[in-house]
Amino acid sequence: MKSTNFRMVNKNVEINYDNNNKSKSIDEDDLQCEEFEETPLYAAVLTYISYAILCLFGWLRDFLRQSKIEKKRGAVDPNASLGFVPLYQSYESFYTRNMYTRVRDIFNRPIASVPGPQFELTERISDDYNWTYRYTGKTVSAINLGSYNYLGFAEKTGPCAIDTINGLKSYAIANCSTRSEIGTQRYHIELEQLVAEFLGVESCIAFGMGFATNALNIPVIASKGDLILSDEMNHISLILGMRLSGACYQTFEHNDMNDLEKKLRAAIVHGHSRTNRPWKKIIIVVEGVYSMEGSICRLPQLIELKKKYKAYLYMDEAHSIGAMGKSGRGIVDYFNVNSNDVDILMGTFTKSFGSAGGYIAGKKSLIDHIRVNSHAHTYASSMSAPIVQQIISSLQLLKGPEGQKRINQLADNARYFRRKLVDMGFIIYGNKYSPVVPMLLYMPARVTRFNREMLRRGIAVVTVGFPATKLLEARVRFCLSAAHTRQMLDAALEAIDEVGTDISLRYSTRHKPQRLKDL
Amino acid sequence: MGSSMARGDIENLATDFFGLFESFKHAPFYHIIIEVSLLLAVVWLLFFRKPRPIEKKLTEKEKQELIDEWQPEPLVPPVDSNHPALNVRVLDGIVGKTVEIDGRKSLNFATFNFLNFVGNQRIADKAIQAVQKYGVGSCGPRGFYGTIDIHLELEERLAKFFSCEEGIIYSYGFSTIASIIPAYSKRNDILFVDEGVHYAIQKGVEASRSHVKWFRHNDINDLERLLAEQDVLDKKNPKKARTIRRFLIIEGLYVNYGDICPLPRMVELKYKYKYRIFIDESVSFGTIGQTGRGITEYYEYSIGSIGGFAVGSSFVVDHQRLSAQGYCFSASLPPLLAAAAIEALNIMEEDHTLLFETIMAKSKRLHKKLLSIKGYIINGDEISALKHLRLTNSLNTVGRLEEIVQFAQSRDITITVARYLTDEHHLPEPSIRLILNVEMTDEELEFLCTVLQEALVKVTA
Repeated sequence: MKSTNFRMVNKNVEINYDNNNKSKSIDEDDLQCEEFEETPLYAAVLTYISYAILCLFGWLRDFLRQSKIEKKRGAVDPNASLGFVPLYQSYESFYTRNMYTRVRDIFNRPIASVPGPQFELTERISDDYNWTYRYTGKTVSAINLGSYNYLGFAEKTGPCAIDTINGLKSYAIANCSTRSEIGTQRYHIELEQLVAEFLGVESCIAFGMGFATNALNIPVIASKGDLILSDEMNHISLILGMRLSGACYQTFEHNDMNDLEKKLRAAIVHGHSRTNRPWKKIIIVVEGVYSMEGSICRLPQLIELKKKYKAYLYMDEAHSIGAMGKSGRGIVDYFNVNSNDVDILMGTFTKSFGSAGGYIAGKKSLIDHIRVNSHAHTYASSMSAPIVQQIISSLQLLKGPEGQKRINQLADNARYFRRKLVDMGFIIYGNKYSPVVPMLLYMPARVTRFNREMLRRGIAVVTVGFPATKLLEARVRFCLSAAHTRQMLDAALEAIDEVGTDISLRYSTRHKPQRLKDL
Repeated sequence: MGSSMARGDIENLATDFFGLFESFKHAPFYHIIIEVSLLLAVVWLLFFRKPRPIEKKLTEKEKQELIDEWQPEPLVPPVDSNHPALNVRVLDGIVGKTVEIDGRKSLNFATFNFLNFVGNQRIADKAIQAVQKYGVGSCGPRGFYGTIDIHLELEERLAKFFSCEEGIIYSYGFSTIASIIPAYSKRNDILFVDEGVHYAIQKGVEASRSHVKWFRHNDINDLERLLAEQDVLDKKNPKKARTIRRFLIIEGLYVNYGDICPLPRMVELKYKYKYRIFIDESVSFGTIGQTGRGITEYYEYSIGSIGGFAVGSSFVVDHQRLSAQGYCFSASLPPLLAAAAIEALNIMEEDHTLLFETIMAKSKRLHKKLLSIKGYIINGDEISALKHLRLTNSLNTVGRLEEIVQFAQSRDITITVARYLTDEHHLPEPSIRLILNVEMTDEELEFLCTVLQEALVKVTA
């Protein structure tokens, strides 16, 4: 069992949370201060035992279903008796049948309103343990700690919504053509110029889907004969892009610059492991904010390393653009480095701008090359007008005082929420300034119970377990928003306090377990 | 008798040995030790020493030198600034039957707007209502509060429209098929794919890492040949054959060629050779069939928005909710696009026969008109609203086609050369992709043909 070690950049054991929100000293150590507390032994043991028991019951139920004692639920293959090779091997769907379906109600919850700080969930009830649902037609109001709405732009009223509707009237919804044929509208060019200006780089190109931006454009930049060094916690869209590119890729330990340096040196000295030919180029792929860990990449050290070893740096700012930095310009702004030092800046518009799509930004030569060779540019439909208008409006808002207010509010909310949780004695991962706050729950049953109990108290949260995280480290991930008011956060904290006491979630040995009322 | 050796010789030999033996007894002790050691050394060298590999142990200094010397390639190679992708026409306003470029309006035969839903007021109104209820983005993937009730409604409507059990929607057309294929087909499985499929399917096939067998475009005999070959292999190893899944991947109406796949025969073969069929109906949905239900209706078995969808039995479609990457790990479709799609489906269901009969009839008429222009090769089925126009043989270059497009633009007709990336599996011949809008009048079609004729004269002069 690989236990997560206690890693911190600065040597201080105590995390200093200043009560004073203004005048933060820009101390690099402070900016990179992260905590990943070790899994307590008893939690690890109990988690393994839980999974073992679940497996045992799974086998028992499968046996009962096979021997027709229990009725088979779920969809049945209409072609089963005709001699076709089964579409799914039974061991592949073991997890789906026996573990996922039992707790299926905590995922895929439909909503019936704008995904703002508070929203309406459609009520759905299952009479047969989650095999089928019926919708009662009513809605349940809840505080939203799950949607990616960092700057609170998921709104149905306000200047952005008005601009979007005007955009719809002037441009219709779709262009039904690709960017390289007859699908480029003036607003696409305007968007790309605005984003390039916002990020402080030469040029930018935008696509309709964030996932596709990674998966379809990494093959354009990297190809056979290149080496990609990627952080072990990178998102699956990056990994798909790396696989499709044909380049070799190696992973380095999460945020570990020593490991990265070792691998860089070994790569340059020894070349390809079998042929010993030197690599054509080396690309380091990292994310700005890692959404499952809550950690922030070590950008200053990465830039140093990349310059020293002549590698290229690709940074995926899906969760950090708009949410981090004094003016919301992402991790580059957060660490106050030159944006031209990062070769390829990638990001999405889904999280902080309340829209959809992704972009890649960098030097004009890079962007021109992508324009000519990108799969998405040549074959995919161009972006829809209202979507683009929402991004343009929110970008322009960000430059003004209203935008600055939102950025500050988000930073405040993140710090406040995290501090309270840490002080209560829960294990929280990640950087103290990140807007993503993962709290560890470990056991699968606690994960489910936590989710359901929180919903009963009117708080909607996102809980993730295996396979999205490591087997032992099931967690709940809180996504804070600039639109959350202090009252909403306090209500959430009270609920977490209550449920945390009921289910005994205060695992931390570094901080004394305390009740909220004692803080 | 063979003893040519005299008896004396043997005696001499024996004496020599005896002498040797005697000398051992008289030799000093150290002498014997040295001799024995030498003997042992020889034996060891001959039999026991393993050849030691020459270890390349570099010193730190050498490593640093290598690191300093290494020069990477530039991040990207230089690109030609005249490439068409860098010099596109920029549009303004609604891209419907007519399109505005640099202040001039022209007839639009270039965008995939078959049913002229782009700019439709009913659809626009519904989309505006959706923005006023849900905002713009969905702020999350389907699993984490990104599922909006309008998505569920759209999925149900699509399933009902196609008379299937369940539907699933994706937020990007390209990723739909590129995520679906790897969700079902894994490393050991076999994919039979038509050579003429479009790029997104090729990428999906690549991402799945399965064995791929390409068959010639729309050539059912070639497909049968491949299936028969595989059958022979299966009979040799039936145990393994029972674990290999097989899939046939085809398009209803091929985007790159404009022709229709021979579905009935393929379904026959499906039951004979036991494979499953995936049909990509991006272009045939809404353009062929009595009520626009695509190729399955055309053979009588059974929008202007963005995104993609898949329909099928619940058993098959449900699997994608957990294993299709483009579905699980990506933000869901913005609600306004879903609302637009639902309204488009409403229009298709209300208006049905008239709309689709019209488009098929007009496609036939256009096909006849185009055939009458000497000097062009028309690819595509006569009822298909998507056609490919080529020049004859050696004249067919991208340069000449671009000239035709430019000439047409100057006469206020917008058409486009079909763009492909160079690493397509089977790069189609250069062509102009003509797309018919159902609202085009006969006069406008005549005008198109006139302009194409004049362009041909200009280019081949």
